[in-house]
This record gives sequence, C-alpha cells and structure tokens, in this order.
Amino acid sequence: MGSEAVQVLTIDTLNPNVRAMRQTSSVYTRKAQIEKELKAGVEKPFTKVFRADVGDCQGGGQKPITFIRQVMALCSYPELLNSDEFPADAKERAKRILGECLGNSIGAYTSGWGLQAVRADVADYIARRDGHASDSNDIVLSTGASDAIRAVISLLLTGKDGAGRAGYMISVPHYPLYSASIVEFGAYPILYCLDEESNWSVSLGELEMSITDAKTKCKPRALVVINPGNPTGSVLSKENIREIIKFAFRHRLFLIADEVYQHNVWARDVKFISFKKVLMEMGFPYNKLQLASFMSASKGYAGECGARAGCVEVINLEPEVKAELFKILHVKLCPPVLGQAVLDCIVNPPKPGEPSYDRFIRETTDILSQLRAKAEFVTDVFKSVTGITCNKIQGAMYAFPRIFLPEKAVQAADAAGQAPDVFYCLELLEQTGISSVPGSSFWDMPGTYHIRISILPQMEELKPALEKLKEFHLNFLARYE
Amino acid sequence: MGSEGEHVLTMDTLNPNVIELQYAVRGPIVARATEIENEIKTGTKKPFAKVVKANIGDCHATGQKPLTFIRQVIALCTYPELLKSSEFEEDAKERSRKIMAACKGQSIGSYTDSCGLMVIREDVAEYIAQRDGYPSNPADIVLSTGASDGIKSVMTLLLTGGKGKDVAGFLIPIPQYPLYSAAISEFGAYPIPYYLNEKTKWSLEVSELERALADAKPHCKPRAIVVINPGNPTGAVLSKENIKEIIKFARRHGLFLMADEVYQHNIWAEGAKFFSFKQVLQEMGAPYNKMELASFMSASKGFMGECGYRGGYAEVINLQPEVRAEYYKSISAKLCPPVSGQTVIDCIVKPPKSGEPSYQKFMAEKAEVLSKLKEKAKFVTELFNSIEGISCNEVMGAMYAFPRIYLPEKAIKAAEAAGQTPDSFYCFALLEETGICTVPGSGFREEPGTYHFRTTILPQMDELKTVLNNFKTFHLNFLEKYK
Repeated sequence: MGSEAVQVLTIDTLNPNVRAMRQTSSVYTRKAQIEKELKAGVEKPFTKVFRADVGDCQGGGQKPITFIRQVMALCSYPELLNSDEFPADAKERAKRILGECLGNSIGAYTSGWGLQAVRADVADYIARRDGHASDSNDIVLSTGASDAIRAVISLLLTGKDGAGRAGYMISVPHYPLYSASIVEFGAYPILYCLDEESNWSVSLGELEMSITDAKTKCKPRALVVINPGNPTGSVLSKENIREIIKFAFRHRLFLIADEVYQHNVWARDVKFISFKKVLMEMGFPYNKLQLASFMSASKGYAGECGARAGCVEVINLEPEVKAELFKILHVKLCPPVLGQAVLDCIVNPPKPGEPSYDRFIRETTDILSQLRAKAEFVTDVFKSVTGITCNKIQGAMYAFPRIFLPEKAVQAADAAGQAPDVFYCLELLEQTGISSVPGSSFWDMPGTYHIRISILPQMEELKPALEKLKEFHLNFLARYE
Repeated sequence: MGSEGEHVLTMDTLNPNVIELQYAVRGPIVARATEIENEIKTGTKKPFAKVVKANIGDCHATGQKPLTFIRQVIALCTYPELLKSSEFEEDAKERSRKIMAACKGQSIGSYTDSCGLMVIREDVAEYIAQRDGYPSNPADIVLSTGASDGIKSVMTLLLTGGKGKDVAGFLIPIPQYPLYSAAISEFGAYPIPYYLNEKTKWSLEVSELERALADAKPHCKPRAIVVINPGNPTGAVLSKENIKEIIKFARRHGLFLMADEVYQHNIWAEGAKFFSFKQVLQEMGAPYNKMELASFMSASKGFMGECGYRGGYAEVINLQPEVRAEYYKSISAKLCPPVSGQTVIDCIVKPPKSGEPSYQKFMAEKAEVLSKLKEKAKFVTELFNSIEGISCNEVMGAMYAFPRIYLPEKAIKAAEAAGQTPDSFYCFALLEETGICTVPGSGFREEPGTYHFRTTILPQMDELKTVLNNFKTFHLNFLEKYK
C-alpha cells in the first residue's frame, strides 16, 4: 500500500459477504425520494405516500397501549410515582422493575440476558400459553427478536467455508432478516418452497428434497420456520408442525421458530400453537430437540417497534453451550432496559380487578379486532381482482397476493432492467403513491410474482388505497395485454 | 451429520470463533462475584457485607443520578399526555414534540430509518461541528444501539471474506477495551496488538505501531487501526501531536481509522484536552482530510451514564458513495436503534441553552457529576501511587484506574500452580477477601511480565474511600503473604 492508495474501502475491497447481501428494495428507495419530492412541492397524482411496506404498527396510526406507556414513563422518570395521574398497578410494575435495576435506574446496564424478573414473567407467560413448564434460565431478552435471531444463527456457524459452511433451511418466501444474516455470516441458505396452493403450508417432500440437495454444499445445521408466516400470513396446522419437528429430528437440525406474530391470528378456524408446545406434547425423544422460539414487542397488539424489545426461549442446550451464548450476550452489554419493561407488560399484563385492566382489554381488543377486520377485508379485495390470487390472511400483518403478469409486462420489465415484480411495484408507487414490497425481496419462487402489502394502515386509508390499487392493476393489465 | 435426535449444538459443534472469544469485563471473576452476592443473600458469612462491582463502567449502578432534562424528554416522548403537565419544563416539551413529529405516526413506537431519525443526526452533526470547528454532514452520522453496535457494523465492512493470511487485520491497543478483541475473534479476523507505553503515560509510539504492523503483515491484510481516546482501561488522553502521528501512520499504510471517543466528556487532568480525530484530520488538510475515519460516541458514559438506553452513534467520513450505500444496506436488517436511545443522544448533543428553563439545572447536574468524577480520578490516582508495590499512571480521563501491581515471585508461582494468570489470581483473592470485584489486567491484554487490574472510579466517594482502604489492607497483606 503506497501513498497513492487513499481509499481503504472500495466496492472491490469491501467485505464480500456484505456485497452479497441483497440490496434494499428499489421501491423503498424510490419511496423515500418521492416523499422528499412531495415535501418540496413537486406535483404528483397523489398527495402523500401510502406506506404499506413495513410492519410498523404505530407508524400506520395504531395507538400504543396506555398501561405499557405509563410503565415506561414511570421507569424513565420515577418522580411520576408521586403523581395521581398514574394508576397503582402501573406504579407497582415500574417499582418492581426499578427495584431490580442496579442503582434503581433503567439507565444502568442489566445482565446480558435481561432482568431476572422479566425473564421469569416471560417463562410464566410461556407456561400459561402452552401448558408446559418454561425455565426462566432458558429465556434471553434481546434488542428486538432480530438480535436474538442473529445470536442463535452465529452460534451455529461452523467456522469453515465451502462445503464446510453452516447451512440454514429457510422458506421461500421468508422475512429477509434470515437470508441477510446468513449471507453476512458467510453461511449457506437452504431454500425450501412453501406450497402456495395449500395456503403456504410446509411440504415434507420439499424439505427432504432441499436438504438432500444442500448436503453437498454445506453442513445443514438448522431449520427456520416463521409461524404465523411473514410475508405469507399463513398459520401452520398442528399436524404440519409435528411433521416439521419429526423432519428436524430425523436430520438432526436445530429448530428456529420465529413466532413474533403469535398474537396476530385472524382466521377463526385456526389457532396459534407454539413449536414448544407441540414438541413437549410429542414427548421423548422429540422433547429433547434443540429449539429456539422468538417473540417480539414490535408486533402483537403492542406494536412497540421503536423500543427494540424481544426475547428467545432456547431449550435443551447443554450448560456449557448456554454459557457460551451468555458470553456473547455479555459483549453486547444488554438489551435496552426500557424495551425489557415493555416486554414485561406484554407477557404479564394487568389482571382482572386491577385498575388498568378494563382499559387494557378495551385497547387491545380494539387493535386486534381492527386488524382482523382489515385482514378479512384485504383478503377479499385481492381475491376479487382479475389477474390476482391471494391466500387468506390467517395471521401476521400482511397480504401476499400473487400477480399474474402479462408477457408484455415481463418484457417491459426486462427492457427496464428490473425484475418484473419490482417493475410492477415501482409503477404502482409512481402512479398511486402506494409503497409495497416486491415479492422478490422475500426470495420469491422463480417465475411467480407477488407483492407484500401490510394491513396496518387505518381502515379509512386502507379502503381508498386498495381501490386505487385495483384501478391501477386493471389499467396495468390493459396496458400490457 | 450424527445420528437422529442428537444435539446439534454441542461444545464440539459450536461456532469455534465463539469459543475463542473472551470478554473479561464480564468474565469469570464477575460470575464469581455474582455467586458471592447470592451466598451473602442466603446468609453465608463473609469478611465483608457486600460485593462492590468495580468491574464495569456503569455509572447509575453506583448511585450516579440521571440528568433531569434527559429523563423528562424521554418521559414526554413515551407518554405524551404529560405535555399537559406543569411538572415538565417547556424546553423539554419542545424537544419531545420535535422528536415525536419526526417519528412516523408521531410515535416513538415506530421504526425509524436504520441510521436513526434525521433530526437527531442533524443535531449530532451540529454538535460535532461546534466541538471541532469543522462542518459535519448528517448523512455521515449513523445512530446505533450503544457505541458497541456501531463499532461492530464498521468492523464488518472491513472484513475481507478471506482465510489464512487474507484475513482482515485490526491494529488494537494493548491494553484495550475487550470489545475489540472479542469482535475480532467472533469475525475470525486477526488482531494486531500495539503496546501503549506505560512509562510515558500510556502514550502511543509510532515506532511501536510500525513494529506491530510489520510483524502482522505476513499473517493478514491490515485494514484498520483502532484508537481509544480517552483510553480504556488506561485513562490516557492523547496529545494533538500524538494524534497527528497516528493519522500520518494510518495514511502511510492505507489504514481505516477507528476512533473510539466515548469518553470525550470525561477529561480530568489539568491541562489535558480532548481533541477529536476528526478535528485533527481536518486541521491537517489534504491529503489527510480525505482519509476514511469512523468516530464513535455513546450515551453510556460522559456525564449522562445512560447505559441502559443503548444510545450511540458513529460519524463515518470519506466513504465512497457506493460503499456508504453498502454500509447502510448492511445495517438495515437490524431495522433501527432504540428510539429512546436516539432521544438520549439528542439531549446530549443538543443540551438546553442558556436562557432556556432547564439550562441551569442541566448545567448544575452535569457539573456535579463531572466534578465528582474528577475528584475521584485524582483521589484514586494518588491513593494507588501511595501504596507499596503499586504504581498508577494518572487517571487523565475516562472512568477507570489501571494500576500496575508488582507481584512477588512467590505469588506468581502460586498463580501458575492455580492455573491462573498472576493478575487473575490477585483479583480473585481480592474479591474473596474484600468483596471488591475488579477486572484482571490480562483481560485487556498487557505487556508480558507486567500485571495490572482495572477498577472503575465510579462508586460514591465515601464508598470509594472505604473500598480503597480495604483494598490497601488486602494488598499489603498479599505482599506480606507472598514475600
């Protein structure tokens, strides 16, 4: 390196794993530009961008839960414990949390895996939910579920490359945190396609085929399942979960169950069942499988994305292995303490008879019933449009309709140097202001085109937006027929 | 692939990089300290009433109070109903309104951009510009989940993806805050240790940098130099001259500069001044002002000590636009740093101004925290230097003393017999006999044949005095025992 070489980091010298990570969707980038243009007064066929891209509940107008925000405020500014404005149960909770904090301040670090009282509450919640015991020592609080997911993925890396790389089975389509992290860590994503025809269920045949194919390319280590599904919105049946567990057992895979949408189940004929519960019910030897199950404060009814709060229950780790997990958590110091307080409120909400209970129930029921109504509405709209099919939104926060693009549109996309679904989504954005996520961002099945639309915006905005989308779509079909 | 149902994750199959990684600040001695705390709780008699955790730079844990303005702004952002309350100052309300207005849905419960709220990045840039006298671009500012998160993100960019001697090398100071060595282990990268000179107040010698780099070149691709200023664990504050030399060295060898400046508000020594790498770089003009530099700052230190909020930022300058785009992309999967942490950062970089309602209280609270820390820095330095068998460089900055202990030969042998490094042996004995939990110097790495330990200067003064008294007694007994 001589005195001429100025830049250390160029596109060529940048970490190739970072380069290999997928680009942010160009729709997202264009949306940001359009928002700036609108602010600057540029004329558009719309007055504002309709954000149907990110799973950001409060960003779409959802209100926070009063109890949660009261506890957070009391923790941050304990002088408020003297105020009549706050109910006794919120004050109790804040006192309990502050009592656990060193120096009685949420400004102090907690242990790397979070406050013991909160872990214990999470374990209680899981035990109540599943009817099977949960050990608080298996619970790790984290900076959103994302951080715990990345920590678990990193434990499973092999430290080797080529065919010695760790392989992680991940669905097509899937929430792209997984592929992004897998690629960043230089590991191997083993893709298995979900079956759109049968409501995005997991096919055993597909799992077997994928792992057989992958064995020459990597060391398969884990199987990731997202339930309820993102972007699919499907909720797995108990039978499907059992099959998946047996498959993982057969192939000696670590199970990674992303269950962040467990409170978001809409279809009345399905139920959320945790992988942990099914595993326990199946008894020996399945109940000895290593399983990491993730939860988040960003979804459900709380929607506290900005707090960055989540947790994982990791079972059947040997103590020395768990010690290694705890060691890497220490380096990060701790998850945000305010976020830990949020999570505590979610897993240990106000009980009947307590001052905040009625309001809490009212607010959460309101949010969940609105989401249910939106899930049904959005499914119906998409099902009614020519050239679109859409599986029922059984859970989570998104519709993932399939768009049947005319050949001419695919050609126009090629000519523009864009993937067809990106082409469609960009056109949608430019003409209607609706910002969506092209299916290819979720590692879509080749030859199929999807778009993910979040159901989070308020109904008053969602209805007209979907009308516009419908109109756009029919025009698009007409233009390219 | 083993047989059905066998555990996937065992000590044999665990990521070897994780096994290798160490983080002494919360290492085995801290685990033992926690055990002892539990023993005391269950009634076991000890030669002391409680464990004093002097191992970690956690300000509030030892009784430091948060600043009122910061907590008011956070409370208002969290529970906007409080905007109606007369208990909160108008400027705090203004600030919370500004932040909430910038949030989607006007709520801190929304995700922000991965780099953080632009209004806060703008305030950070303004702070930096005022501090240094040179402009700062908000687009260069990336808010993070504590400084640690920002540091790892930048290090990730610098990895080569190669193996063996193509692995990325990072120059790190000895002694160093062990996040760096831990991250290097985790990434499978190559640490290039350069020794700080204890005899000259832990200064950085360019000859030592050259030596370290030359030794490392056959083994890796050197990519970056990490400098911690003010130093952790050393407490040293680099002179401007020293910083210039480091910059020239980095330029000469095509290295990316990483400046960990989280203790920039913690300067104690008379005549010492904090100079940011950014300022010196700009002052030096071309070609130095075109060098890639990442400077890190945290909400956990300074006068605020808001460790639990996980606030921090990096200013990363002179990245090529495409590289910057890749950097932003690489952090986008993490979504965003906690919005309350971003809010704390905003309050730090843009505090109340003179004339504003919170100003006086803010300045008084800040002055109190800093003057107490300064007093403790002086006290601790003097105390350690007054004890036989110990020497301690002046705690010029940061929050720690890193005294050198001259261990008798017998003690070193006893340590070997116990399978411990000599300073671990010493620190464990200190813990068992006095309840004082420190971090052995070997956790930060040190020059071979020298022994140190790191203690924070954070406990309240009366507790600190008691603790150091007990320490002195222990130390003299230790010397006696092993003479």
